[in-house]
Parts: sequence; structure tokens; C-alpha cells
Amino acid sequence: MDLHFGDSKPTDEEREAVDALLGPPGSAWEAPFGDSTVRSEADLRWARGGRAARERRDLLLPGLHAVNDRVGWISDGALDYLCRRLTVPPAEAYGVATFYSMFSVKPRPATVLHVCTDVVCAAAGSAELCAAVEGRLGLGSGVSVERSPCLGLCERAPAALVVRAGSGAGAGADAPHEPGAEKPYATAVIAPATPEATVLAASAPEAAEPEPPASLAVPQAGQPGLTLLRRIGVVDPASLDDYRSHGGYAALRRAFTLGPAGVIREVTDAGLVGRGGAAFPTGVKWKATASQPDRPHYLVCNADESEPGTFKDRVLMEGDPYSLIEAMTIAGYAVGAHKGYLYLRGEYPRALRLLSNAIGQARARGLLGDDVLGQGYAFDIEIRRGAGAYICGEETALFNSIEGYRGEPRSKPPFPVEKGLFGKPTAENNVETLVNVLPILTMGAEAYAAIGTEKSTGPKLFCVSGSVERPGIYELPFGATLGELLDLAGKPGNLRAVLLGGAAGGFVRADEMDIPLTFEGTRAAGTTLGSGVVLAVDDTVPLPRILLRIAEFFRDESCGQCVPCRVGTVRQEEALHRIAERTGAAAAGDIALLREVGRAMRDASICGLGQTAWNAVESAIDRLGAYE
Amino acid sequence: MTAIPLGVPRRLVEFTLDGQEARVPEGSTILDACRAAGKDIPTLCEGDTLTPKNACRVCVVEVEGARTLAPACSRKAEAGMEVRTDTERARHSRKVVLELLASSVNLSTTPRAAEWIKEYEAKPDRFGPDAARVDEEPRVDNDLYVRDYDKCILCYKCVDACGDQWQNTFAISVVGRGFDARIAVEHDAPLTDSACVYCGNCIEVCPTGALSFKSEFDMRAAGTWNEAEQTETTTVCAYCGVGCNLTLHVQDNEIVKVTSPHDNPVTHGNLCIKGRFGYQHVQNRD
Repeated sequence: MDLHFGDSKPTDEEREAVDALLGPPGSAWEAPFGDSTVRSEADLRWARGGRAARERRDLLLPGLHAVNDRVGWISDGALDYLCRRLTVPPAEAYGVATFYSMFSVKPRPATVLHVCTDVVCAAAGSAELCAAVEGRLGLGSGVSVERSPCLGLCERAPAALVVRAGSGAGAGADAPHEPGAEKPYATAVIAPATPEATVLAASAPEAAEPEPPASLAVPQAGQPGLTLLRRIGVVDPASLDDYRSHGGYAALRRAFTLGPAGVIREVTDAGLVGRGGAAFPTGVKWKATASQPDRPHYLVCNADESEPGTFKDRVLMEGDPYSLIEAMTIAGYAVGAHKGYLYLRGEYPRALRLLSNAIGQARARGLLGDDVLGQGYAFDIEIRRGAGAYICGEETALFNSIEGYRGEPRSKPPFPVEKGLFGKPTAENNVETLVNVLPILTMGAEAYAAIGTEKSTGPKLFCVSGSVERPGIYELPFGATLGELLDLAGKPGNLRAVLLGGAAGGFVRADEMDIPLTFEGTRAAGTTLGSGVVLAVDDTVPLPRILLRIAEFFRDESCGQCVPCRVGTVRQEEALHRIAERTGAAAAGDIALLREVGRAMRDASICGLGQTAWNAVESAIDRLGAYE
Repeated sequence: MTAIPLGVPRRLVEFTLDGQEARVPEGSTILDACRAAGKDIPTLCEGDTLTPKNACRVCVVEVEGARTLAPACSRKAEAGMEVRTDTERARHSRKVVLELLASSVNLSTTPRAAEWIKEYEAKPDRFGPDAARVDEEPRVDNDLYVRDYDKCILCYKCVDACGDQWQNTFAISVVGRGFDARIAVEHDAPLTDSACVYCGNCIEVCPTGALSFKSEFDMRAAGTWNEAEQTETTTVCAYCGVGCNLTLHVQDNEIVKVTSPHDNPVTHGNLCIKGRFGYQHVQNRD
């Protein structure tokens, strides 16, 4: 590769941010021209780096984060310097930087306020919040207000997230801050957000009110009979000792006595299927990965929870972070991986903080590292932070994102179990799926399989939001009905519809409360359980506006790789705009058009995003009579 | 004597193509099998010298038992597969994809696009006059070639040709996301400020004319471009000793552009800046 870097230079601050991640340049070859590190004669005799440097391409996304966290945006000079350090072509890195919505390649203020405008927050008044905040902040406030897709704080809608760039990256709102010192990198979450609190947090994120504990998102917290949520609100999420005193690491010990094949057998016998939305049998996936001759194997935890209305993984990670670390260790052991990647969405600062702490503690105590629990098994976990892209929740797009490429899905086959992360056999599981492995091992496959129904076994988490009295995460055994769940959460009297499975899911009517919440039951009812979203919509919320927001979401989040999705999502949004105020015959032509485009998107798109982008709208037309 | 690389012998895969028995060497795609059987499947992003990107989705076919349609250009034929190429479902997707493309970009210089639009009865106008289009002015920032994104279908072929599949220059990439995604060089700069080495291999693989010789662009603008009147002569490049094949496209006794035969086992259609653009000395008549 003969790379061309142009003549733009990084500022000292940008270079420091990159060097803090990658270490100082090894030779003047990597350093920018005009630097104090002058090229010596030795440097000119050979080019260092080469293959070793090129193999660090996966540090591109962390590098972009480092610059963005420090400066607030990514300049030409910073990008070129990062590319020089990693031997990445600048054109490709520019393609990556412009892919993620949390990055900017144009100058912007150091403080960015993301206001969630997705379905739940929109119903809770995010438009008014945006207007009020913009009115108060005014021009020249040094805050950039950006409308954001779902921030995963649906139980506390409307929500906002402040990110302020500065030195001391990674510190966060809890870090000590000396008055008068340079403004640190800081984040603050405001939910439910009032204009006053939001403006205050935007101007001083480090002094913002701390978030309420994760247990407030679990109305059942502390109740007996919970399995997945039993520790939330009970253990201190920052304390490994507390986790162990509440049964932590018993499952890993059992895993070591069973051996990898034994763990896979238990998980298979338990009937566990993936909770991320696709419902693929976990045991089958693990067995297929474990049996690949190619090495190394990888384990990836998909914590890129970006489906509008979904926040269960956030609550699990914030309320019981060690359980995920333990579950990943077990999964890694089962599939023969020595390295696990935890791909966490960039919008979850508290989960990042707690998981980083948990990994550090586990490492210090020999629960991660070269010799886990003295059993001779080496396993470690690295957190990779996403940067605002729903598509990166698609399993292969997530691999590309970690590897330092644009988060575009790959075509399958080959499947990840054969060629996944870095082209190696990879098992990728959602957070909730992994956490289910703990009760399987502690109670045994048979007892676990006795929970739920024959085909959908175990407990299931549901993210209940919208027009209910007690929004939050609920745990129920598979097989409870929609009505039973909504009764727990406080069903409104004027319920119009329920969106099941999020933006990629479908609507059901208020008179369909008998639908059993199982994979087979929802399928029989012509809908889906998806990621466990149960979004209640009452009759005060205009349905066409929700549908427009869903269409806008998919248009925004399409990666743009394939034509049916790239153009189809635009045409879908245009048609919904045209019929926003129309019904009956006036809307019929556009509804026919929507059907035709939707069918081609479902049939011909590369990945699930395009294939499901029309589901919610179609169900609203067919089941709710949205435009009749 | 020309040496023809035969490769290692490959097993044959047997499957069903539109109800007929088909046998293709292992590793062949469904599209290879279709072409061998004389079936005409429309393709836009597929190219004979590059790994299929399967981004355009115009070649989709129905594979028995699969939830979605499969891109014929990249899905490998598997033993026992039942493939149908001309079902109502596949034709519907092709029609809509052609409509989506033709309503968002200019396909006037895309070979066969008009023919397929007619065959599949695609009606790109039905999305209404306000349907979003790419609508960008051609970027003319150097004397050798022009980038006209209004004709770009984002097939990724130029990116692959510039990157690790051929040129290893990595001057271009896809930037942005969704409908706003575009092909661009680093920092979205003019070509002259980029890593581009002007080999023109991206023009060679562009299926829509979004990338074109400046000469062709100017003649089209002046209305003097006339492909029917052009002759093509393949010769050997005189610049160095490699011996790359050049195909000179001549109109009115002037070279108007240079391509290279894709079936050449050494260059596969690739050239360098001299072979591709350095032809003025041939027609210097002073």
C-alpha cells in the first residue's frame, strides 16, 4: 500500500488524544511532518509498522472516539494522523467517520445535546422539549442540539443525553472535577427531561443530577420469583464482592465442572433461543462455533441495543453488570474463545462505566485473564463502544464496525459461526440471551426448560413503555398473555394499539390482549415478539405521526448499501408524508405503492433492517386500519 | 502461444434451475449457471473482473426454502438447490428495484437499463414529481475524468477497483449513510487533492457512466458523442515493456477514450495513467 496523507496536521490536542490511545509514535515515520520528531537517517532506511501496524485497523473506531471525546469533532489533520498511525487509507477512514451519527467531520461546539425524538419520547413531548431548549440556549451557547433516535431511556421519557468533549477522556460525570480546570470529557443523562434540567446539564454536565438507580426501571424489583432481574436493586452494581455474595460466579464454577461440551449440552437441553429478535437456538450456534477447526474463535456480546422502545439490556448492564461478565466468560469457555468483545452502544455512558469497572475488578481477582478461577482457561473481555448506528446491531455489521470498517452488513452465507469477526468462527449473542445462561447452569437445564412453554422456554424480559402507568422492564415466564403483562404495568383505559417488537415489529389491536407472549404464539397471531418491546399507544396519539417517525427512523438508519433499503425507505417516508392527513380512497394509491415497495424491501434487501422496515407500517394498515 | 490457466479441476455441483437439471463447477454462482444455460438475468453492480458486491439487488432469484430472495451474482450454487429465476416474486423485486433506481438517479448512460425497465414494466415516475433524487452537478476538477454522482448507483465497483481488488491506491470510499451516501475521496476533497493516481480503472468498471473520460463528457455535452460511429482497435501500449492491451475508441479519426480488454489474463482491463490517458501524442498532427 502506498498511502497518501496530504499535508493537514493535527493540533497538539488531537495528537495527544490519539497518542493516549496508541502510545507515542514508534518512529518519525508515523509522526506528522513538521513535528519535533525529525526523521532520522535510520527512519529513512526502512518503513516500520508494516503488517503489524495494518493489523491494528480495529483501533480505528476507538481512535475516532478518542479524538471526538477530546475535541468534539474530527478534523482533517486528526483523521490523517490517526490514519498514519494505523496505516489506514484516509479515504476509508473518512468513510468510517462519516458513517456514525455521534461523530462529526465538520467543526461543532464541544458540547452536544442529543434529544431523543423517537416514538416514546415524541409522545412524551420531545418536540416541545427541543423547542424550549433551543429557545433558552440561543445562538452562541456553545451547545449543539441534535435530534436523536431512541436513547433507550423509554421508561423515563422524554430523554436527553449531554456529551461534552474535553481532556480526561473516559472520566464521565462522576469523576472529580476541580473548578477552573479544563472542562473534562463528561456525559450526563437527563430523563425525564424538563427544559430547565436539560439546559442546566448542557451547560455543566459534570454537575448534573445523578441518574436514578437502574432498579427504578424495574417495577418488580425486589419481588420474589424473579430470575433474570433478581439481583437488580439488590446488589451493588459496582461491587464484585456483593455480586458473589448474591450467588455470583456459581454458574461459572458449574461450567468448569461440566466442561465446554457439557455447557453446550445444558444450554441446548434448556431450549434457550436468542433474545435479540431472531430467536435462533443458542446451543446450535455455540456447537457450530465450537466445532470449527479454524482458530482463534471469538465471542461477541451484542450490546448495541438500538431498537426503538428497547432498554432491557441497558437495565441489565446497569443493574447487574457482573452477570454479563460471568455469562460471557461461560460462553467463551463453551465455544473455545479466549477473547470476547462487548460491543456497547455509544449512547449508554453509565453502562460503559459500570462494565469497565466490572471487567477491571474481575481481571484483578483472577476471574478474567490468563487463568480464570485457576482452571487454566484464558479469557478476557474488551469493550468496544459504538458511535450511533442502529445497523451495527446487525451481527455482521457489528463485526465490520469492530474491525474498523463501515458498519455495513455482510452477505450471508458464510455465517458468523464459520467466518465472523476477523474472518474467524464467532458466536455472537445478545445481552439478555447470555444472562439466561446463568440460571440454566445454576438450576439445571431441566428446571429451566420447565419455565415457559414447550417451544419458548425460560423467563423473558419485556420493555413496557408508552401509555402505561408503570413503564419499565418486566420479567415473566414465556406464555403470559399481552393482557397480563399490560395489567402489571397499568393498562390505560383508552388503549388503541400495542407495538410489539419495536420499529421492526408490528402493531396489534387493543382487543388482542389474549396473544400469548411466546415466539410461536406471536407468530401464530401474525406478529412478532422481536426484542421484547411492548409499546402501548392510547387514542390520544395520532397514529400517522408514529408511522412517519418509524419511517423516518429507517430512512435515517439505512446504511445505504443496497438499493431496496437505501431508496425504498425514502419512498416509504415520502408516501406516508403524502397520506399523513388522508384516509380511504385518497390514500389508496399510496398504500398500494407502499405495499409494492415494502414487498420488494422485504424480499430483496441484504439484511434485516431493510427486510423489516415496512413491518410496523404494514401492520398498522392491515390490523389497525390506520388510513381507513 | 497464449497460455490459458486452467486451474485445479473442480467437482460439479448438481442443482435445479427453473425446473431443469443444471451442472456447474463447484464455486460457481447462480448467475454463472444462468449464463451457461443461456438465461438473461439483469445485473448492474456485478462485474466480470471484481468480486460481486451484490448491492444493487436487481439479479435476485428465488431459492426454494429461503425466506428472502438471493442475489444470483454472489450466491454460490449448492448441490440440491432449487432455483427459480423468473417467478412473479423475483420479477416484482427486480421491477421495484429498477423503479427505485431510475427514480433517484439518471440511468441514461447505463447500458441496457432502458431495455430492462421496459421488460419489467417498471414505472419510475409513479413515485411522483417530488420523489427525492440524487440531483448533483457533475464534478469536473481535473482534465482526465469527470465524476457525475447524478448517475451513480453506489455499486461499490470503483471502490473495489481502487482498493484491494486491483489498484491498491485506496483513494475512494463510500462516505455518509443511507440515501446521503456518496462515493468520495478523503475529506470529500477535489480529486486533485486526493490519493488518486488517475489510472482510470474506476472508469473501466463503472456500470452507469457516472465516471467518464473528460473527452466523452465534453462530447456528450456538445452533442457530438456518437458510439455507433466509433471503431474499436485493440493494440499494445507502447509506454513500457509490460505489454498491456489498449482498446482505442476512435470517432472521426480521433481517439475519444481508451479501455482495456477484461479477458486479458495479465491486466484484466486495468491500465495506468499513461496507457489510459496518454494518447494525445498519437493524434498530434503538427
